[in-house]
Amino acid sequence: MSATTADRRSARRRTPAGAPGAGRPRPSPGSGPFHSPWFLVLPALLPILLLSVGPILYGIALAFTDAQSGRTQATGWIGALNFRDLLHDTLFWDSFRIGLVWAVGVTVPQFLLALGLALLLDQKLRLRWLARALAIVPWAMPEVVVGIMWRLVYNPDAGILNETLRDLGLGEDRVWLGGLATALPAVLVVGVWAGMPQTTVALLAGLQNTPRELHEAAALDGAGAWQRFRTVTWPALRPVALAISALNLIWNFNSFALVYVLTGGGPGGRTRLPMLFAYEEAFRYGQFGYAAAMGCVMVAVISVLLALYLVGRLKGDEDR
Amino acid sequence: MSAFRTSGPARFGQYLALVAYLVFLAFPFLWLISTAFKPAVELGSPHPTWIPRAPTLDNFRQAFDEQPLLRAAGNSLLAALAAALVAVLVATPMAYVLARHRSRLTAAATGWVVVSQAFPFVLLIIPLFLVLKNLHLVNSLAGLTAVYVVWSLPFALWMLTGYVRAVPVELEEAAAVDGAGRLRVLVSVTAPLLGPGIVATALFAFITAWNEFFFALVLLKTPEKQTLPVVLTHFLGAEGVADLGPLAAAAFLATLPSLVVFAVIQRRITGGMLAGAVKS
Repeated sequence: MSATTADRRSARRRTPAGAPGAGRPRPSPGSGPFHSPWFLVLPALLPILLLSVGPILYGIALAFTDAQSGRTQATGWIGALNFRDLLHDTLFWDSFRIGLVWAVGVTVPQFLLALGLALLLDQKLRLRWLARALAIVPWAMPEVVVGIMWRLVYNPDAGILNETLRDLGLGEDRVWLGGLATALPAVLVVGVWAGMPQTTVALLAGLQNTPRELHEAAALDGAGAWQRFRTVTWPALRPVALAISALNLIWNFNSFALVYVLTGGGPGGRTRLPMLFAYEEAFRYGQFGYAAAMGCVMVAVISVLLALYLVGRLKGDEDR
Repeated sequence: MSAFRTSGPARFGQYLALVAYLVFLAFPFLWLISTAFKPAVELGSPHPTWIPRAPTLDNFRQAFDEQPLLRAAGNSLLAALAAALVAVLVATPMAYVLARHRSRLTAAATGWVVVSQAFPFVLLIIPLFLVLKNLHLVNSLAGLTAVYVVWSLPFALWMLTGYVRAVPVELEEAAAVDGAGRLRVLVSVTAPLLGPGIVATALFAFITAWNEFFFALVLLKTPEKQTLPVVLTHFLGAEGVADLGPLAAAAFLATLPSLVVFAVIQRRITGGMLAGAVKS
């Protein structure tokens, strides 16, 4: 630490005092063997290229082959055959539809609830610290544990949900995660619960960047709570709201662990998200090429979502 | 916010809403804890109660008997520590370059960071599985760690780039005038000031790996190698019939490290996440 302090001191001494923008134009860090920034980038770039970019390209290529696990013949190119099969695979499109319902069905309520909670936490309320502390819990938990925890809640016999409903006189025991009609809504609630804190914290940070004077001025002008929200809060919050919603939409469309633990995709495929479907296809049935094609279709859809988000953000920047 | 008065009824409504949120956030977690400490008799009772009548640690003992929890936790710890360490080591210099230079490389790296956040992992895991299999790194923690490093890099880069930007560039320029090379500047001037940011990033990478499930499920085949989240799913049994008490006990234990670490770094992560999502 003493060396750092010395460096800092000498740095201060050498910078011409009181000269605004001192040191510009910037002297480039000295020459020598380590002059090129490539040297510093390489340690991260190599693993990224070898274990991320490379495999992704390989994965896209696999979608055009008949790759299978435990295959005796060599893997061959089959062109767009996987995609043609996929087009007629009603099970896949079922799961695709479920994936979209799940992504929207989690993201929208999650956003509304998180917005409400963020607005509350922005007020000076007594239990605020507790809410902030509790908000960490779902965020920090392994998704597997979140799934296990809610299975305990939903348990038909020993779960607290059915017991509470019994106490309130609201009907007989339900098999929440095993029922054809109740499974998807039941996992949606868990999805909302699991992602809400993260969204809340992001929105809260956005709220706290809103200039306070604007609120006060609007209040002095006699604006009601709703008017203040519409004219002051929302415009300032919009970029954060847009960003976090777009990311949530994409993350939710790609989710796996939560539903894998809760229902395993059942009953009767009612909660089989695209990731679960592709996982089973690849690692239970060994259809690597076909599963890779599913991945490609998912990428295509996500690209559209991502493009919408980027366009929205650019438009937001223009508006300002 | 206190600049304008909130009327009594409105305030009451706010507290009502806050309590509703608190209940919604807390009740599954409280139920998990309650279940973990209940004896088998109470778990079999048709009318479960919130507070265990005869709290017991039997479930914890049974959980350790049924599944290799300690070894799984050891595996998780090893993979997560190694991943966090390597991720920070390789990400710090790159983040430094990203923060200090504008070039096509930084643009490409930023683009990759955005895309990688959105990528469906199934398209990544199939080729990775094949590659790691050829390298005999399937069912090995080394292979999993490598995947975790790359997986946590985007976020690590994002966080660290923000921390580097917060270091006054004048300090580096002064050192450069003195003839220090780029590496020298990074090691002796910038890195020491990045300390807290590097720790926060490493902890985040650690938690990400500790909690991760999908890659571990695919890559680790034998119980001796599996990480804690994968071993936890073994409690669920083949037909989804679970021994509720030990299941709850094990799940509760698996959460504790994450909770502690997360409580420490929560604020820093929020900042990094927002910077990434909104400003970049």
